[in-house]
Amino acid sequence: MVCQVSSVVGLFCALRSYQLVINKSRSGNPWFYFAAPHTFFGLAGRAWPWLAAMATLLLLAGLWLGFMVAPTDFQQGEGYRIIFVHVPASWMSMVIYMAMAFWSVLGLTFNTRLSGMMTRALAPTGALFAFLSLWTGALWGKPMWGAWWVWDARLTSELILFFLYLGYIALTSAIDDTRRGDRAGALVAIVGAINVPIIYFSVKWWNTLHQGASVSLTKSPTMASVMLWGMLLMAMAFWLYTVALVLYRVRTLILQRERHAAWVQDLPELQP
Amino acid sequence: MSAPSVHAFMAVLQRDLLLAMRRKSEVLTAVFFFVVVAALFPLGIGPELNTLRLVAPGVLWVGALLSSMLALQRLFEADFRDGTLEQMAVSPTPLALLVAAKLLAHWLVSGLPLVLLAPVLGLQFDLPVEALLTLTLALLVGTPILSLVGGIGAALTLGVRGGGVLLSLLVLPLFVPVLVFGAGAVEAQASGLGSQAHFSILLAMLLPAAFFGPWACASALRIALE
Repeated sequence: MVCQVSSVVGLFCALRSYQLVINKSRSGNPWFYFAAPHTFFGLAGRAWPWLAAMATLLLLAGLWLGFMVAPTDFQQGEGYRIIFVHVPASWMSMVIYMAMAFWSVLGLTFNTRLSGMMTRALAPTGALFAFLSLWTGALWGKPMWGAWWVWDARLTSELILFFLYLGYIALTSAIDDTRRGDRAGALVAIVGAINVPIIYFSVKWWNTLHQGASVSLTKSPTMASVMLWGMLLMAMAFWLYTVALVLYRVRTLILQRERHAAWVQDLPELQP
Repeated sequence: MSAPSVHAFMAVLQRDLLLAMRRKSEVLTAVFFFVVVAALFPLGIGPELNTLRLVAPGVLWVGALLSSMLALQRLFEADFRDGTLEQMAVSPTPLALLVAAKLLAHWLVSGLPLVLLAPVLGLQFDLPVEALLTLTLALLVGTPILSLVGGIGAALTLGVRGGGVLLSLLVLPLFVPVLVFGAGAVEAQASGLGSQAHFSILLAMLLPAAFFGPWACASALRIALE
């Protein structure tokens, strides 16, 4: 029932957006309508409050499910509840890096400046989630495995992902020329993207201490339904939070870079 | 490949080798760094041979890694400064080909000495002969990967403030798989499991690096040259 309603709502939104974009982009390729910083600034401005509100709702729902409703685990007791933060954070750290690689490919192919801004906006959140994943993993590992850290394949490759994020941020900050910085960072994002499948498949390819995949797109999950739903709600909450925050951050980057443009000078907030 | 391209490749290779031979001190500094690091660890860990034999593959590999990283900084610097790199970029020969020649020269001068020195330094750690052989072969496969992947990092940080440290931060995460499987090969051989799997993976890393590395490096150089 929820699925049917949300798919109808989604279809409606998609059709409406298509109509708007076709109308507004009478001159030029509709695919590139939002590639202009000016138009994307408006879109992001309208979108992020809604996304933030939805993220808050889903976060509250997920936390309630995870900490109030889900039962005590047979083996792990109460400590397993960190799964509701650890797994979504890990998923997000990988998804955000793939998003960075995606925007980098687009930016290098079409030479769009907004792609570089999106990649830069994604990096700090991705780094935060990678750090959170490692930190919550350590907090979970100590009571469960008896060790804060082991050098198994998944943890090591997640650590490498964290270093890749830091390397991207360091490189783009160190280069003064913003366009050159964007392009250099794009290359780092693309070259490092090979690490994400390695993290994902590491538990399948190696004999690791880290738990194998319990949630798959093709098989039914091997964990209790309430726990699964709590985890999925938290993952959706983190995803919406990421999108909202990245859209907000990219608006700041747009204002910084396009400050000499007429549309920025004409913004109502800037009039005396 | 057409004859002019081959000529250009050989010319760049010869030029880089000649320049390296004229500035032997630059080359030998990185190599001696490897020797010194390999000597420092036994002094720090203690002379207990069993411990040294255990840590030898990791220590020697990390030494090779750090030495490669030191050597990477002078890969493009001199040519960038005097404009030769720009001439290479606008020449009719594909930049990736010329970069491949530079990377090969760099490996011959900085990577190959590490491979040849490793057995000698391994003796300091009391490694048995089979382990020394495995180590040398693993370094032989691994050090070109370091040159190829490191070249991308060197190109990206060309002319950037704080380039040396930034290069390390960029390139070390990409070196980690080489380190893990290279040192793992020696350990697997020592424990009797056989190092075939590790060598397979090392070669699997070398081949795409050899194919895509010069191309990625050339893209990075074009970004840096703007």
